[in-house]
Amino acid sequence: MATKSLKAKGNDLAVSNKQLEILNGGIFADGELPYFKDKIADIGHFPLRPKKLEILQINVGYMCNQVCEHCHVDAGPDRKEIMTRETMQQCLEVIKNTGAHTLDLTGGAPEMNPDFEWFVEEAAKAGIKDFIVRSNLTIIRANKKYYHLPDFFKKHNVHVISSMPHYTRGKTDKQRGDGVFDKSIKALQELNERGYGMPDSDLKLDLVYNPSGAYLPGDQAAMEKDFKKALKEDFNIDFHNLFAITNLPIARFLDYLIASENYEDYMYALVEAYNPSAVANVMCTNTISISWDGWLYDCDFNQMLDLKVASKVKHIKDYNEDILNDRNIIISQHCYGCTAGAGSSCQGTVA
Amino acid sequence: MANTYYDPADLRKFGKITEWSEELGTKFFDYYGKVFEEGALSAREKSLIALAVSHVVKCPYCIDAYTKDGLQKGITKEEMMEAVHVGAAIEGGATLVHGVQMMNKYNKLSM
Repeated sequence: MATKSLKAKGNDLAVSNKQLEILNGGIFADGELPYFKDKIADIGHFPLRPKKLEILQINVGYMCNQVCEHCHVDAGPDRKEIMTRETMQQCLEVIKNTGAHTLDLTGGAPEMNPDFEWFVEEAAKAGIKDFIVRSNLTIIRANKKYYHLPDFFKKHNVHVISSMPHYTRGKTDKQRGDGVFDKSIKALQELNERGYGMPDSDLKLDLVYNPSGAYLPGDQAAMEKDFKKALKEDFNIDFHNLFAITNLPIARFLDYLIASENYEDYMYALVEAYNPSAVANVMCTNTISISWDGWLYDCDFNQMLDLKVASKVKHIKDYNEDILNDRNIIISQHCYGCTAGAGSSCQGTVA
Repeated sequence: MANTYYDPADLRKFGKITEWSEELGTKFFDYYGKVFEEGALSAREKSLIALAVSHVVKCPYCIDAYTKDGLQKGITKEEMMEAVHVGAAIEGGATLVHGVQMMNKYNKLSM
């Protein structure tokens, strides 16, 4: 398990240019493996263009109470980047004037932003239909000041999407830290007590599964069945959907792949699993990702690689949907991760 | 690096066997794919059987492939090791059960 962010450790990979150098060079440099750009050109999807905007994904800060082994954000307690209320207000202006129906809050632990609750309340007034918080679960039990969060979520009908690497303690704690499994179970039970995740409940509780290592996620439906059975039998926990998400070779996961000498095999696995039918629905086609400091990106992964949108409109303060939608989506070799197998997005499979 | 009989990177080339015998290779992969589809047994159960057999036939490529496949399917290391023990028990039992033949022969030849 990681104990500090790459940034705090002064690791070379804390710099996005270094990551891009590895992704675009290395095993791809000799032409042995194809470029993602060529792959999608073969099926008429290059340049990749956005469709109607449906989801605004906002990263409200990189601060987190956990330091997960696979984190592509490189989040952790030492990360101080945090979205200000002023930037949140700029986001709210956009929310009022856009057709996006979903607001997807990420971090770090989004709940650690001091203006998190204010933002949730204001965004609800702005007419968002699906308000998602990507909660790591343990934050609900991390400190007394967060104990009320399940009630707060319920009051505002927040859609909770929570990370849960596995239904066993060993695998979860190895990826996310000692004690994370027990705290996550407790948090899920608390959410269940308030009606979250129950079969007929409108209080949506979904789980996210990321593989704990250098392999791709298995079949999402089969995994969901296994998770539901185990969590119900062992802890009487209910939830709605399981989203199986492929780990992309970015930040700490890239560092892990290189250190464990799995990078080459993993990239081959991603390329071999390339599924052309996943391309049309990759999440960057209907999502805009906004960073803590208001910059716009095609997706959360491009945000971490500091690949800002290829548009005159690059910041939330200058937001103009027509101009922004007339752009080419920036792609690179990490995009193989979103088109592997059944495809991968923050909402699970796409093919 | 010293040459060895087994190179892990060769596993990626498995599909290339069709290049030297397309008809038979294709028939094999069609069959192989069909075998591992969800059926009366789940894909998860089949993966564990494949892992146990991989050890019994001592195929390093298969062990790598089905360890990874098990991880992808969310199978735990405890489940994987139990499967290996099932293979080992059958393999050991197959050796030991021939001990009956040895005992029969011994008894027949002894006064």
